Amino acid sequence: MRFEGTQDYVATDDLKVAVNAAVLLRRPLLVKGEPGTGKTVLAQEIAKALNAPLIEWNVKSTTKAHQGLYEYDAVARLRDGQLGDPRVHEISNYIRKGKLWEAFSSPKLPVLLIDEIDKADIEFPNDLLQELDRMAFHVYETGETIAAQERPVVVITSNNEKELPDAFLRRCFFHYIKFPDRETMQAIVDVHFPGIQKILVSKAMDIFYDIREVPGLKKKPSTSELLDWLKLLLNEDMPLDVLQNSDPTKAIPPLHGALLKNEQDIMMFERLAFMTRRQQR
Amino acid sequence: MLLNFLDALRAAGIPASIKEHLLLLEALDRDVIERRPEEFYYLARAIYVKDEGLIDRFDQVFARVFKGVLGQEGVEAEIPEEWLRLVAEKFLTPEEMEKIKSLGDWDKIMETLKQRLEEQQGRHQGGNKWIGTGGTSPFGHGGYNPEGVRIGGESRHKRAIKVWEKREFQNLDNSRELGTRNIKVALRRLRRFAREGAADELDLDETIRGTARQGWLDIRMRPERHNAVKLLLFLDVGGSMDPYIKLCEELFSAATGEFKNMEFFYFHNCLYESVWKNNARRFAERTPTWDILHKYGHDYKVIFVGDAAMSPYEITHPGGAVEYMNPESGAVWMQRVTHTYPAAVWLNPTQRGHWDYSQSTKIMRQLMNDRMYPLTIEGIDDAMRELTRKR
Ligand SMILES: Nc1ncnc2c1ncn2[C@@H]1O[C@H](COP(=O)(O)OP(=O)(O)O)[C@@H](O)[C@H]1O
Ligand SMILES: [Mg+2]
Repeated sequence: MRFEGTQDYVATDDLKVAVNAAVLLRRPLLVKGEPGTGKTVLAQEIAKALNAPLIEWNVKSTTKAHQGLYEYDAVARLRDGQLGDPRVHEISNYIRKGKLWEAFSSPKLPVLLIDEIDKADIEFPNDLLQELDRMAFHVYETGETIAAQERPVVVITSNNEKELPDAFLRRCFFHYIKFPDRETMQAIVDVHFPGIQKILVSKAMDIFYDIREVPGLKKKPSTSELLDWLKLLLNEDMPLDVLQNSDPTKAIPPLHGALLKNEQDIMMFERLAFMTRRQQR
Repeated sequence: MLLNFLDALRAAGIPASIKEHLLLLEALDRDVIERRPEEFYYLARAIYVKDEGLIDRFDQVFARVFKGVLGQEGVEAEIPEEWLRLVAEKFLTPEEMEKIKSLGDWDKIMETLKQRLEEQQGRHQGGNKWIGTGGTSPFGHGGYNPEGVRIGGESRHKRAIKVWEKREFQNLDNSRELGTRNIKVALRRLRRFAREGAADELDLDETIRGTARQGWLDIRMRPERHNAVKLLLFLDVGGSMDPYIKLCEELFSAATGEFKNMEFFYFHNCLYESVWKNNARRFAERTPTWDILHKYGHDYKVIFVGDAAMSPYEITHPGGAVEYMNPESGAVWMQRVTHTYPAAVWLNPTQRGHWDYSQSTKIMRQLMNDRMYPLTIEGIDDAMRELTRKR
């Protein structure tokens, strides 16, 4: 099978090549890009296209690599031991399976998503190298080995906040999601809102791309904000001329809260709008 | 062919190895892609480039190596904006320039100019012949037509620009000068730098867990989350580089919280016996350089930011300073600072290629023991690596 994007997901040609290479050769696919450019959704879509279960591991700043394998709750066992709980004799009672364990032992070939790997410690990816390479690991406490029958498809995303170690990178296919140009964005909007008025999208995109150009924004609005905003505009049944409004006193796009989430950004934006208004007088 | 490609990538500073090469062979062998040049390009890119900051470089190498192999010849020359401007200025009278600008289509003109130049360079015969022709304005014959600028005649064949020739990732290039586009990347690098070299602290959770598991006291350590890096920044203000220096200052200010301590000081052109902290009161409130040397310990790391472009006398001679009479030469002061602070670097916003043409820059670089870096993401990276090097 070839990944060609799906009904709900617009995949550019370069992304398709990277996905297909990773799926066929079973190497991890590392996807980087601004937040909101569709990295997480991509993994879900690949799973859908492959008709495979998706196993999601959302990495946080406190996540440790070994938690993906398993955790042995020695403290609980110690406590049970002191309380004379009979469970204490069975060590597997204290072993909690991680996402890699789940993926390696899945009855059906899964897609494993390791989401936002850059959030974790710098050592995190390095610590997972061996297991991802061999698709197997050893459970020290029980002496068993967990090994995948077939290598799962692995998708790793990063918001680019941290550099990843070379040894890790060498094993991956890499794709950087460039911020969508207007044409691609139009296609993305179309899959989310089929039949939406072209002129509305066009006006909204003018404003959207303009806002992205405002220097110094803490958080530039991205695809997901544009989609949220369009949804609001549709729900509010905003008459088109509000967006088209050339009256400079109304320079702030209606419901712009959907585009700008950061209070500072909103304030700056309002100030800018105020200034343009003054200039135009 | 593919091995040549690997060599060319490595020569261009893309950290590719035989591992990637083998992966590419495997992928080709397994028919991962359809046999189209674009697909091959995308595949090679996904394998060899793991940093979007290097894609532009990859594109250039790709165009060069596969020129003539994949379809028509590729264009490898990048034509810098400033150069285009210069060329345009050379061939246009000020009136013509104004006219173009008033037509409001300057960008389009630039685009056309650029395209023409590329086509010109791609051709075997002719080369960049017209560039040298000085006198004959390409805009001369047939008059000037804003929509169809003709430069040195029409190109023979029209050809579609290949994806890798579009250079879509140019603004992500690590070797570009610092600007609003890549300042965030720079900041991330800086944060990483701030966290490096942190001491270990007791990891209580892991210690309890380890102890419970082992049955004996099992002390676990982890790198301290807090940073220990202390910085002194000396910024050259009052020259043509001010916008860059300001940007650099903003960059470091934005990272203030990451450092244990950071102090900014200003100087002009060269460091002498005093500096200042407040530009508005630069003549009224001065900090003696000696005080700094005494107050901040040897473990501070020092960063100078400036173009180091001045008259050589301003560095080498007492009394050489432009603004007042300095009893001791700038060189003496630079030596005092680098002697007191073993970890020191100089960030220079001018392009590296220009450094050798400026006598003072060469002298300053020597005084810094070669530790001068361009103000680019890459330069900042290298500089931070130098600062954190174990001594
Ligand atoms: N190429 C695309 N095709 C369809 N929808 C997209 C695309 N890119 C982004 N989106 C939409 O944008 C939103 C954010 O995507 P998400 O995967 O959460 O971003 P990220 O993980 O990169 O932060 C989702 O609602 C998703 O449907
Ligand atoms: Mg996500």
